[in-house]
Amino acid sequence: MADSSEREAFEMSRREFLRWTGLAGVAIAAAGSVPFVLAEAPEPASASPARRRRWTMLIDLRRCDGCKRCEVACRKEHNVPEGQNWLKVFTLTAASGTFFLPRPCMHCENPPCVKVCPVKATFRTEDGLVLIDEDRCIGCRYCMAACPYDVRVFNWSKPNPPEPLEVHPPDPTFGHRDHRQGVVEKCMFCAHRLKEGRLPACVEGCPMLAIYFGDANEDFVSNGYERLRLSTVLSSQQTFRYKEELGTEPRVYYLPVRR
Amino acid sequence: MAKIVVTRVEKTVMLPLVRPGRWYWAIVGVLAAIVVWAAYAYTVQLQEGLVVTAMRDRISWGLYVSTFVFFIGISHAGTLVSAILRVTNAEWRKPITRLAEAITVFALIIGASMVIIDLGRPDRLQFIVQFGRIESPILWDFISISFYLTGSLLYLYLPLIPDLATLRDKMPARARFRRWLYTRLAARWQGLPEQRRRLERSLGAMAILIIPVAVSVHTVVSWIFGMTLRVGWHSTILGPYFVVGAIFSGIATLIIVMAAVRKLFHLEGIIKPIHFRNLGLMLLALDIVLLYFTLSEYLTASYPGETQDVAWLTLLGSGQFAPMFWWMVIGGFIVPAVFVAVTKAKSVPAVVIAAILVNIGMWIERYLIVVPTMATPQTPSVIAPYWPSWVEWSILAGAVAAFGLLLLAFCRFFPVISMWEVAEKAPTPLSEPSPIPEPPTAEVVD
Repeated sequence: MADSSEREAFEMSRREFLRWTGLAGVAIAAAGSVPFVLAEAPEPASASPARRRRWTMLIDLRRCDGCKRCEVACRKEHNVPEGQNWLKVFTLTAASGTFFLPRPCMHCENPPCVKVCPVKATFRTEDGLVLIDEDRCIGCRYCMAACPYDVRVFNWSKPNPPEPLEVHPPDPTFGHRDHRQGVVEKCMFCAHRLKEGRLPACVEGCPMLAIYFGDANEDFVSNGYERLRLSTVLSSQQTFRYKEELGTEPRVYYLPVRR
Repeated sequence: MAKIVVTRVEKTVMLPLVRPGRWYWAIVGVLAAIVVWAAYAYTVQLQEGLVVTAMRDRISWGLYVSTFVFFIGISHAGTLVSAILRVTNAEWRKPITRLAEAITVFALIIGASMVIIDLGRPDRLQFIVQFGRIESPILWDFISISFYLTGSLLYLYLPLIPDLATLRDKMPARARFRRWLYTRLAARWQGLPEQRRRLERSLGAMAILIIPVAVSVHTVVSWIFGMTLRVGWHSTILGPYFVVGAIFSGIATLIIVMAAVRKLFHLEGIIKPIHFRNLGLMLLALDIVLLYFTLSEYLTASYPGETQDVAWLTLLGSGQFAPMFWWMVIGGFIVPAVFVAVTKAKSVPAVVIAAILVNIGMWIERYLIVVPTMATPQTPSVIAPYWPSWVEWSILAGAVAAFGLLLLAFCRFFPVISMWEVAEKAPTPLSEPSPIPEPPTAEVVD
């Protein structure tokens, strides 16, 4: 297939991505429902209030060779405790051979985990991020039982490094240098990077440029080098979402190995 | 001073309050030691975190949650025996209602504690009230269990009032704390016709109210599992399956507690073989219903042969959980049914042994609802095998011991037989009114 014609691909520098997503923090702030973000937001006055993100990931499985550098980048970015994987590369065998399926959090639009949380410790932002307030979580682990993707992980023991290295306001969109015992954690689509207009760590960490990230409302995704029009990809390619039949409406699309 | 008249029933029932006997203290000692050990295990868990359990990320619920379901289940003893039999006016219930109601309250307390023990952050427990989301089945549970506990406490207390008044009047004057306690609790009960009428009316209302609450409790406990997208849990049968299982293990627990209390406090004259026989037959009936539900659940899952269902059923039928599963079906359901059926429930030991087997089987049943589903792969993730750690086993032992201890403490302060209700049927005053009781000096002999 001549996929260059099917995809509207053009080069895009990081600076350009920054400009695209620079409004994200402002948009989150405009949402206003998440006070801690509001407190950190720069000049909300200049924002157009209607601007909402719809964060979306697109993973090209044909490019993924299972090197797991995305796992490494994620681990480094979030200081992920030993034995946990926020992003996990599954190895699957099909009739056509072995292939790899990187599995971040799906940030479902209809998240089963958010539904069952008794204390609203996990929630979905208006920009479509499913986040966890670690200062709220009571550690009942119901969300772990409810997640069909095995995304969520629990801090069973004293985390390493120990509890807060630095004092910061309780902010689920904060990057994770520290971890707390007895709470659930997971991939957060690098919400702290999105605020700064940067791509998630796994996207930057992928040497095969297999992971694209962007905003469905702006109709683009980028792997840091090339920018795709998301609607074109979705309409012209056989994309799929993991366990789509469950009705969870994941925000992660996959381009299959064979198309 | 006026002579205090006690009936034979009163004398028998009140004796444990005054002098429970050597065996009582021996059992209390053993149970207290187990509870202390479990408390130690829990402090270890608080210090180290839940890492001291065998639970890990994929099998993230285990023994604690199973035991929670089990204890909430046996709390149905009170409702069934006491409320249903009261509503249907079954006279034979009278000597055993008090025990059933006490079991309900204490099983609820222990069951609820198991959830708190399972929390990663028990220090944030109050968030359930502070930030509770009604959309979460955990909130449904919290609300219905709170309701049920309140209702059960009331339902335990109301029929106690006439007995408390009896105790107030007939306790020896030197037992000053007891007299103070019973005077407070007896709420100026004089046995006046108006008081009796009001008590009967409120008991009748409570009996009817508590039944739907009890059914709702175990239904929403099952919905914690049923509302997820997981194989073995996401099943419409789960609610009624849990309720029937709850009543089943509730009756079994009542039989065991009845036998223990009867032996310990020499109540053979009041708790009679007929009670074991009737409860034994009810046990048999529910056994058959539960077998039917079990067949229905597993056959429906296995026949169409969906991949996930088959993976789950294979774990149960021939995989790592097979020994437990077949022990549950054979040892927990079939053997007890045979035991009761063959003896026609006429033998007290046979019924008690059946009840013990049923309760072991029902604990396993709860475990097999929680763990195998989580052990069934839903993604290619690696699933660390689960077998409870020493901390978890210790806390299970502690939970059972604490349950026994609460019951024994109750027996020390309150009559385990509803004296006034038993007397209503067959008043048996002593021919010679005698002052109460220097308790007999004879040792407790089995």
